[in-house]
Parts: sequence; C-alpha cells; structure tokens
Amino acid sequence: MLGHRISRFGSTIVKQLAREGYISTYGRRNLQRSYGHYLPSLPVVPRQARTSQEAWFLKSHKFCTSSTTSSENGDEETEKITIIFVDKDGEEIPVKVPIGMSVLEAAHENDIDLEGACEASLACSTCHVIVMDTEYYNKLEEPTDEENDMLDLAFGLTETSRLGCQVIARPELDGVRLAIPSATRNFAVDGFVPKPH
Amino acid sequence: MCVQVVLAYGAESDKDLGIPGESLSGIYSAREFVWWYNGHPDYSCLKPDLKTSDSAVILGQGNVALDVARILLRPTTELASTDIATHALSALKESSIRKVYLIGRRGPVQAALTAKELREVLGIKNLHIRIKQTDLSVTPADEEEMKTSRARKRIYELLSKAAAAAKTSKADPDQRELHFVFFRQPDQFLESDERKGHVSGVNLQKTILESVGTGKQIAVGTGEFEDLNCSMVLKAIGYKSVPVNGLPFDHKKGVVPNVKGRVVSHTSGDISQTEPGLYVCGWLKRGPVGIIATNLYCAEETVGSISEDIEEGVWKSSKAGSKGLMQLLEKRKVKKVEFSGWEKIDAKEKQMGIERNKPREKLVTWEDLLAAAAN
Repeated sequence: MLGHRISRFGSTIVKQLAREGYISTYGRRNLQRSYGHYLPSLPVVPRQARTSQEAWFLKSHKFCTSSTTSSENGDEETEKITIIFVDKDGEEIPVKVPIGMSVLEAAHENDIDLEGACEASLACSTCHVIVMDTEYYNKLEEPTDEENDMLDLAFGLTETSRLGCQVIARPELDGVRLAIPSATRNFAVDGFVPKPH
Repeated sequence: MCVQVVLAYGAESDKDLGIPGESLSGIYSAREFVWWYNGHPDYSCLKPDLKTSDSAVILGQGNVALDVARILLRPTTELASTDIATHALSALKESSIRKVYLIGRRGPVQAALTAKELREVLGIKNLHIRIKQTDLSVTPADEEEMKTSRARKRIYELLSKAAAAAKTSKADPDQRELHFVFFRQPDQFLESDERKGHVSGVNLQKTILESVGTGKQIAVGTGEFEDLNCSMVLKAIGYKSVPVNGLPFDHKKGVVPNVKGRVVSHTSGDISQTEPGLYVCGWLKRGPVGIIATNLYCAEETVGSISEDIEEGVWKSSKAGSKGLMQLLEKRKVKKVEFSGWEKIDAKEKQMGIERNKPREKLVTWEDLLAAAAN
C-alpha cells in the first residue's frame, strides 16, 4: 500500500500548498486525481465510506488466501476478534477483525499506519509488528523460512516479531496487542522494551 | 511560485578497485552485465566474452553478485520464458562458462548477501556448490557477530548446509559449479599471452580478519598470493552516484551532502547552509545500500523537511519550474518522451512478449524505443 501512503503524503503537501494560496482548489483536486491516475489500483477513499470500502477491499484485494474465506461467510455473520494495535506514540487502538483476515489487511481497514510495500508477497519487511505478550506469540504458528528471511532484515527486530501479512486472525488471538515499531527511536511503551535479537 | 526539486536519481556508476590490469578487456562491472541482459539500450552491444574458457570470476558476495552468478549458471531453457533480452539469451546459450567463483575479502559470517537470494541460487537445478570446510570455521569474534545479527547467523547456517550437501553429490562433467571463495582480495588482473589486452586470471591475496572494535572485523592481507584463471571478471563491489555540474557533491562518500534531505550548498565550521528548494532522497542521499524499508524512512525524512519548509515559508522561489524546464528542453532541441510514450513502449513490449511466451520482449535500441513511443 505504498501508493496509499504516497497519496496521503502528497495530499498533506497539496493541502498545505492550497492553504498558502499557492494553488487553487481546482489545482488541488487535479493534483489529488493525478496520484490516482498513476496508481490505478489504489483509489483514495474518504474515511466515512468505511463499510463499503471494507466490502470492496475484501472482494478485490488478494492480500492472503484466507481473505476469500471471510467474504464467503458474509460480513455480519463472520466471527470477529479484537486486535489492539499500539502505534509509535504508544496509543492503543483496538479494532474488530474477522477471523481469516491478516493483521496487515486489518490495519489498512482501520487506517492504522502499517506499511505493506510488497502487498503481502513476502518480499519486504515493512509490515513488521511486535507481539507484545509472549503468551500470544507462542500461539502463532512458526514462521516459514521465507518469512524469517524477510524478518532478518526488519528494523528493531525482537524475539516476538512477526510480519503482519502472515499473521491471520484466529479465535485464540482475541485481545492480542501488536506494536508497530518505530525505525527512528528506541521503542518503549508502558515500560515495554523489546529484547534486541 | 513555489518550486521544489527532489533529486532521486540513485547510483548509476560503479566503484573501482584501483588495481593493475583493471582496464583489460573481459573485465566488466556487474552493473554493465546486468544492463546488458536486461536490455538497456546503451549496453545491448556489450558482447561479454562467454566462450573463451569455462571460468568466470565475480568479485563481491552481495546480492548483485548472486544475481549475475544466477544468470551465468541457470539453465537457458528456464531463462527463455523470462523477460531477459534476446541477445543475452542467445549469447548464454552458446556460453562455455561452467564454473563461477564468488570472491569475498572476508568470511561466510560477513558475506553481504541475504538469505532469500542465497536460497534461490542454491536451488538452481544441477548446480554443484563448492565451499571449503576450513572457511566455515568460526572465531569468537564471528560468534559475537552472529549473536547480534540473526540474519548473519541464518546465512552462515545456509552456507554450512550447502557445503555439507555438496560433499555427498557426485561430480558430473557437464555440471555447473558455483564456488564461494572466502578470505581472498584481488591484487591485480593477469593479462593473457595468447590474447593481448584480455584478462586471463586474477591474482588474489589471502586475508585474515582483524577486529576494529564495535564488533566489526576487517580483512587484512597476509602476503600470501595465488592465481585464479578465468576469461571473464564481473566486479560487484558496489555502486556509486554520478555527480552533476553545479550540484554539491561529496566525492569521498559518493553522495550529495545534505541535512535531513535538504541539499547543503556549503559548510563553514558547524553551520551548514542549505540550498533553498533543493532536496535529495534515496541512494543519492545515503549511498547505495538499504532495502525497501530503508528507502521508505529516508523518503519520510526528506518529505518531512519539505513539509516543514513549506509551513515555515522558508523560501519564495523565483525559479521557472517545470514550465521553464520545458522551454529549456525545446530551446536545446532535446527529444523528450512523455509518460504516454512510456505506456506505448510498455504495451508494445508486452505484445511482443505474448508472441514469444515471455512476460515482455524488450526493445533494446534507442531507435526502436523512440519509434514505439511516437506510434
């Protein structure tokens, strides 16, 4: 979702430029549209349209094979668990995640700042999350060699690190807290300090 | 008008070894070789020598070194369905190269390659991997490095496993071999007697590792030398950025001097004066290292600086911006290709690819590219 990120950065700059009067409102909309033009698969959708975005998201994005299972079950009846994202500033954001959805998808659904540059193809480490409780970490299946190869390169790697695109919501993970690492400063939230690997 | 320029043109040149014989024919930078097989129009006529002997030497053990080794060793039947340039595929089909040597100054624990790429190379069909058992012995300093870096530990384990597996497989005359040669640094290139001006081998000096504090170990020559014969050398020792007239440039580090992405025009003592409206990002800013995530954070930093400058109204530029650029290009009669032209080239290559069962068939001359763009 690099395009989404670029769009948002671009939007911030564009909004500031518009505020300064450097470009007209027409120009601003034009600029925002051109991001969409260059990244046709990632339209910028306003926050309010969350439900329809969710449905569209599940249908047209193949972030992991289990996404098709959740859309087959129907949106209302799918069992959901709570995942708590802890962002770089220590803020806790609980979200409801349907069983079968990956952590990366769940983050994007809820506008959580988790990058997924390679779109879940195990070719990067940008969706790196830290499982804050060892108890929950042990409930996860062992990472594959491919996941470990990418985790090797993640910033701030810890003993309970995983790639968000590979962690799938299951009933036993209800209440799991996942920290999004910051690259630029040592991470500590509520006294939690990741053990260096 | 507000104009910002972000320089993000990466590192298109190569580091030199600066040793005797470097200008002999048959010695290329890995980048030139990659551009050749990827169909870069400036390198479609490279004609690397793949027929004089059965041995090629690659200096360096990073992922680029693995890339070029893979192209030299993979069965051409597999390469035929990729988007490799046709002239490269034809040359590789006739290649007599059967042994590739990857030379590193230090040991398996320090090798710059990463696990995923190593796995891919180790998985090549009918490829015999050769690693000296003695090269795999680890020192306490090596153990320390592996403790602090999980990546290094896993790579060391992969190489050890590959060495062990190699011992049990039988030798086959036409089999291709990949040799990982550790603790050797190139001292000079040897010239062929039969073919003047062409490389016939590399003179290597054995090295040992010395700790330089902070857990790092460097290679130091021992004064013992040996020759390795080959008819082609690929240097994969790192890229370098290309300076531009009028642009501040740090020739030692090979980057544009900057503070958080703002280009520095000059420094006096502790104070750096930055060039208003000019920014830098990526390899040109940090040097040719890093993965997607590194570039991501690098971009965030530069964009952060741009945002700050806009908000503080730090500069009001009187530059002509893109309009001025277009006028200048026209005045100098420079041919330009717009994005729509790129889309036409893309479509044509894909169309040609379909006809040949490849993802695309690359257009490898400027004439063909410009013709497709203008269509």
